[in-house]
Amino acid sequence: METGGYKGYSEAKGTNRLLNNAKAVYVIWLRELIRFLREKARIVTSLIQPAVWLFIMGKGLGSSFAGPQGVDYVKFMFPGVVGMTVLFASLFSSISIVWDREFGFLKEILVAPVSRTAIVIGKALSGSTTAMLQGALVLLFAPLIGMRLSLPMVLEALGLMFLISFALASTGILIAARMESMQSFQLLMNFFVMPMFFLSGAMFPLRGLPAWMGVIARINPLAYGIDAMKSVIIGLHEFALGTDLAVIIVMAAAMITGAVALFNREG
Amino acid sequence: MVKIVEVDNLRKEFGAVLAVKDISLEVEQGEIFGFLGPNGAGKSTTIKMLSTLLKPTSGTARLAGYNIAGQPNEVRRSIGLVFQDPSLDESLTARENLVFHAMLYGVPPKEREERMAEVLKMVDLSDRQTDVVKTYSGGMKRRLEIARGLLHYPRVLFLDEPTVGLDPQTRNHIWGYIHQLREREKITIFMTTHYMDEAENCDRIAIIDHGQIVALDTPDGLKRLVGGEVISLKTADDAEAAAAIAEKFGVQVNRDDEGLHFEIENGEEFIPKLFAELRTRIRSVSLRRPTLDDVFLKLTGHAIREEQVSGKDRMRAHVRMRRAGH
Repeated sequence: METGGYKGYSEAKGTNRLLNNAKAVYVIWLRELIRFLREKARIVTSLIQPAVWLFIMGKGLGSSFAGPQGVDYVKFMFPGVVGMTVLFASLFSSISIVWDREFGFLKEILVAPVSRTAIVIGKALSGSTTAMLQGALVLLFAPLIGMRLSLPMVLEALGLMFLISFALASTGILIAARMESMQSFQLLMNFFVMPMFFLSGAMFPLRGLPAWMGVIARINPLAYGIDAMKSVIIGLHEFALGTDLAVIIVMAAAMITGAVALFNREG
Repeated sequence: MVKIVEVDNLRKEFGAVLAVKDISLEVEQGEIFGFLGPNGAGKSTTIKMLSTLLKPTSGTARLAGYNIAGQPNEVRRSIGLVFQDPSLDESLTARENLVFHAMLYGVPPKEREERMAEVLKMVDLSDRQTDVVKTYSGGMKRRLEIARGLLHYPRVLFLDEPTVGLDPQTRNHIWGYIHQLREREKITIFMTTHYMDEAENCDRIAIIDHGQIVALDTPDGLKRLVGGEVISLKTADDAEAAAAIAEKFGVQVNRDDEGLHFEIENGEEFIPKLFAELRTRIRSVSLRRPTLDDVFLKLTGHAIREEQVSGKDRMRAHVRMRRAGH
């Protein structure tokens, strides 16, 4: 059949299809990384918030209050500020799906011959990579508050940040899959994300809290993420590192599975 | 002829709202097929179903022989899509946008370079390919999207309101590219528009209103539904000519400052008769065919209207304006 210029890349079957989906994951990941590296202004502004927390809140509160076990307050909150950066970066990257699906590049990806699963995984991986990079930049503040980080410490922190970001980005995708507008995002931030952050142990220790707060903190997955960051960076922790990691991994697995299921059901 | 698009009783309901009401149609290979109707008529919903983005409530369709429900990946490979809303990544260069597209559609790297050069040349963007898309004008972005839609050698190119938000000159250019494209690639083009004058570029048009196809024909065929043409005439003595025309041909003649006007069937054949029979000297004569506006009005009882805007539409209009660089 004479079909004009048509060459037809439609034979993709079996391993070929798997390869195509792997390529799609790579395309989505690479695209976000290029964007991230190209928008220098965004990188700089993303550092302002953690700097304000550290140098104004941290130093300010630190001049009146000491952290637990005699740790400098600003040092105590440092892992929390890193965690906060990762939290906002990864959530925001996946919430951008809402906008991107209607008015952006995501639409191009959604009509391409690739599976929804590949799209969700690509999105989660790219969100966690850029969030990890932003967290890594905050680590650069360490010397300014008189902290020394060893290379193994930094590597552990990076791995941990990636894992936490992956769990959070997957959560974000799960939420974004059913979200209609960006306004709902603001609502979600105020009523869900901020309380979750405050009850994570990032700003004050979870020990000795009123009972109800303690309960919430224990079922707050972010608390385990922050706790793990603290174990790695300042050596203080509430739970065993193994428990922390187990909770984060279970959460990541559950959220990415949910996000994949929800995206596959769309349309 | 090969039927490249076959739509059979396609229907889409959103809750209680019936967006597309059991439409059926066939598009032949190599055609420029137009979907004409107001905003909210169901054009974009239909395209979304045909491109497997949306599951129909009932009915089926085949694209290039593939079923939209059972073989979505094959359908996706066979079509190119240019959306109503921009879907380029503006932080990337034109090249990067194209390379990513080629990777998503599995175009082999060797062929990719050749094809990219080809489509970029076709839309006159070769010399701007390494620029970030953000720096492009609205028309350039649309051209790049068309180029991208063609990259994987699709058999049907869907253009959803390809010229909306562009100025008239750019719109003409885009149409130039579309015609050129059809010549070169022998591709089938399925487009939607709510601009009457644009629909004239199509080989066949389906007029859609409230989710239903109310007529489907060539532009000329559709216009014949209105019946007759409008003839305008200037003569040495309009009063005498008016009386003569009314008497000899039995038509009602309107007279105004511009001259004489009347409607008549087969106007082209009528003009020679007019010259032969009218004693008064004719200074000028013009024949106006009925426009698609006339057709739409006749078929639906209302003019193509702008729908009330929802929040999303407002957002959309905003994005369009921003992207057009106003």
